[in-house]
Amino acid sequence: MKAPPFRYARPRTLEAALKLLAAGGDGARLLAGGQSLVPALNMRLLEPTMLIDINGVDELNGISESRSGIRVGALTRQAMLGASDIVARRAPLLTTAVPFIAHEAIRNRGTFGGSLAQADPAAELPACVVALDAQLEIAGPRGRRRVASRDFFKGVYETALARDEILVAAEIPAQRGATLFLELARRQGDYAIAGLAGWAALQQGRIAEARLVFFGTDIRAIDAKAAAAALATSVEAAIAALDHDLKPVADFNASAAMKRHLAGALLRRACATVMARAA
Amino acid sequence: MSETVTIRLTVNGTAVERDVQPRLNLVDFLRDDLGLTGTHWSCEHGACGACTVRVDGNIVRGCLIFAVQLGGANVETIEGLAESGALAELQAAFHARNAVQCGFCTAGMLLTADALLRRDPDPRRETIRAALSANYCRCTGYHAIVDAVADAARERTKRP
Repeated sequence: MKAPPFRYARPRTLEAALKLLAAGGDGARLLAGGQSLVPALNMRLLEPTMLIDINGVDELNGISESRSGIRVGALTRQAMLGASDIVARRAPLLTTAVPFIAHEAIRNRGTFGGSLAQADPAAELPACVVALDAQLEIAGPRGRRRVASRDFFKGVYETALARDEILVAAEIPAQRGATLFLELARRQGDYAIAGLAGWAALQQGRIAEARLVFFGTDIRAIDAKAAAAALATSVEAAIAALDHDLKPVADFNASAAMKRHLAGALLRRACATVMARAA
Repeated sequence: MSETVTIRLTVNGTAVERDVQPRLNLVDFLRDDLGLTGTHWSCEHGACGACTVRVDGNIVRGCLIFAVQLGGANVETIEGLAESGALAELQAAFHARNAVQCGFCTAGMLLTADALLRRDPDPRRETIRAALSANYCRCTGYHAIVDAVADAARERTKRP
């Protein structure tokens, strides 16, 4: 099908975009990469009265390095994120995850911030920013605020963003350990049935500290703290501890029990991989 | 209906100016406004890849971008790229390997394969399969297409 009619605005500044968003009321939607929004329009799942195209807002774009890590503008294309030397050096988890996002033609258009604001529970980037303890910078009519990534994702397509706010950038501290990233999908480029994004710091061939964020299993990316703590005992103890962390939700791909099983399998595989690399 | 917006862009090297409704996607713009029917549409939600075109040198889904967004852009379609010779080895290999049956997906396949070969001139078979997973073919079973892309990669190494 075709998108329903809408009015179109293309602001050049964040300030102008915020004004349009405030004035547009419930009928206004932001258009960034459009790789989730436009399918929803074409399928008439959404009928906004106005699209505010932020692709011309340069201040939302780009990757820069800071003393503590990196800053990634919300409008940065997923392809740019995947190709960035700065990202590969300071947050290699993102570099590893990007090729799993859909396909090249979609990554060329889809944005980093769009994926976060969309908050699909099976998407890669929300899980990555949780694993990396990113701070998300948000602009709104009441000024700027920062939200920790662990507090940003609320549920399926639900975030801490208010209707009149725009995600500006993520401040991402330099990654501390070796990358853990695994994803199970039926086909290359599909959303994950279950995925694991995180890192592990090794000492004397053992995992001393780890972050384990699961996606595609629950209603949002889940920081599996109990499992990460249990890794000090054993990998099998960590897999058992996932019962405390996850509340898997069935979807058309897999039952809740299947997702719980796959999460354990991914954790076992990730630990084996990272230990083998260290050996 | 919503009012129209005037856009100026380049399509296959030619400057174009048109008034478009904001809801008009790039594929319909190319096909209905410019008569460039080599780009196909099918799923209209970004899954099938039939509408793959190049915008500013990068492949995109034509069904997931509105023409109104493309002021100042450089759009290249199967018509322009085929005429330029950029796809010659791929076209010859698709023909030789019988990688075309009904032909509906072929324009998208060629553009996706070309993007792969520009990024990775000597791809492994699994890499070709991963790249082509972005495009659906309902006739060939894909093997002939993968064979054709592998052949075209070898032919391209002979380019001066």
